[in-house]
Amino acid sequence: MNSSAHVVVIDSGGANLASVGYAFDRLGVETIVTEEAALIRSADRVVLPGVGNASTIMARLTQLGLIPVIGSLRCPVLGICLGMQLLFDGSAEGDTPGLGLISGQITAMRPGHGLSVPHMGWNTLEALVDDPLLHGLDQNDWFYFVHGYAAPLSHANTVASTRYGDDFSSVVRQRNFWGVQFHPERSGRSGSRLLSNFLSLPSCD
Amino acid sequence: MLARRIIPCLDVRDGQVVKGVRFRDHKIVGDILDLATRYRDDGADELVFYDITASPDGRTVDRGWIARIARVLDIPFCVAGGIRSVRDAEAVLNAGAEKISINSPALDNPALIEDLARRFGSQCVVVGIDSDTTSDGYRVRQYTGDPSRTRDSGRATLDWLIEVQDRGAGEIVLNCMTSDGVRAGYDLLQLKTLRTSCRVPLVASGGAGSARDFVDVFEQALVDAALAASVFHSGSLRISTLKRELRAAAIEVRP
Repeated sequence: MNSSAHVVVIDSGGANLASVGYAFDRLGVETIVTEEAALIRSADRVVLPGVGNASTIMARLTQLGLIPVIGSLRCPVLGICLGMQLLFDGSAEGDTPGLGLISGQITAMRPGHGLSVPHMGWNTLEALVDDPLLHGLDQNDWFYFVHGYAAPLSHANTVASTRYGDDFSSVVRQRNFWGVQFHPERSGRSGSRLLSNFLSLPSCD
Repeated sequence: MLARRIIPCLDVRDGQVVKGVRFRDHKIVGDILDLATRYRDDGADELVFYDITASPDGRTVDRGWIARIARVLDIPFCVAGGIRSVRDAEAVLNAGAEKISINSPALDNPALIEDLARRFGSQCVVVGIDSDTTSDGYRVRQYTGDPSRTRDSGRATLDWLIEVQDRGAGEIVLNCMTSDGVRAGYDLLQLKTLRTSCRVPLVASGGAGSARDFVDVFEQALVDAALAASVFHSGSLRISTLKRELRAAAIEVRP
């Protein structure tokens, strides 16, 4: 990707917008944080962050008229944490319809066996599928997770899974839409490698 | 598998890391960024910054240091101290902190926990509980930052632990005051007892003096994370050394 390419972070109203911007700064890449449809449409890379509550953020995206805008993007799109969950058909969190860009339903985690919810802390990836987003990363890389809902495993879109009681999808992809359940912006060198891979993805499908 | 977390806690006043008796005799230990990155490089999984900047007239303290840290640090961090409202929390989170931790203000106004969880999500709302061992059992103490104001909050620790979870706390730091600062080990009995009533991540605090204490608290009290201050600041235990010993004891940690 050339240095004049636009990386746009959608202002989803969550609280981790600054962290995501700083992580790209550390890679020497400037980002634009915006809710403007025109800027999002003209981007070379789009990040959909999300922290908080699924229905609150979907309501905001709806109100801003961004649902069809995100759906029409042809450039690489990366959903982070709740941003990843919103790419799916829907979420059990508040029975919220999603963007429908990745097939499946987000469900509440019920790990049992004395495991705490939310799943909070550093965990690893398993069953990695060959995907450019994960170049140079393997089972020995650690990522920071914080979530109480999760995506099921799917032959169609799971790129890597993570174990917490049961296995869930921690990296997903359908067409040009990628999602990561963890926070690459707070996952040390491994997270920074993933973001750098995202910047290196071919620009169009 | 999810790793057990090691969390150093740094006291911050006016943007500098300090140590000393809380609210008295503070010595500047060093620059906040230098210390934060040093702990990160040594393997800290997360950092807690306890802002003890005095704000006697209730004015907002300068928190410019949070954005400075957020720019550089690539691991999560939490800010504690002086967060009394949704607005305070918003400023801290927007500056780049992952989590905010509240203690005395939650005791004054328990609905604050719900307000914060609704606005920002439970995952960033940490509730700190200072628990004392008394003849009446485990009791929550309030205003522990200031010895002249410290008092019984009128609550049993178990009741408060359950209430804060019901109100939306996403993580609980249980600071066992009898063991705090003594470096004779975490209060395993108390942590074990309360763990069974805690369904959100539980962080042990107070008493760490050696690697063995961390092994014990993870093995026996099944906590998700262990927080410590003086044992790391004094240099008597390095996080990299601690993690080697935890791995040797078959406790999963991030390298």
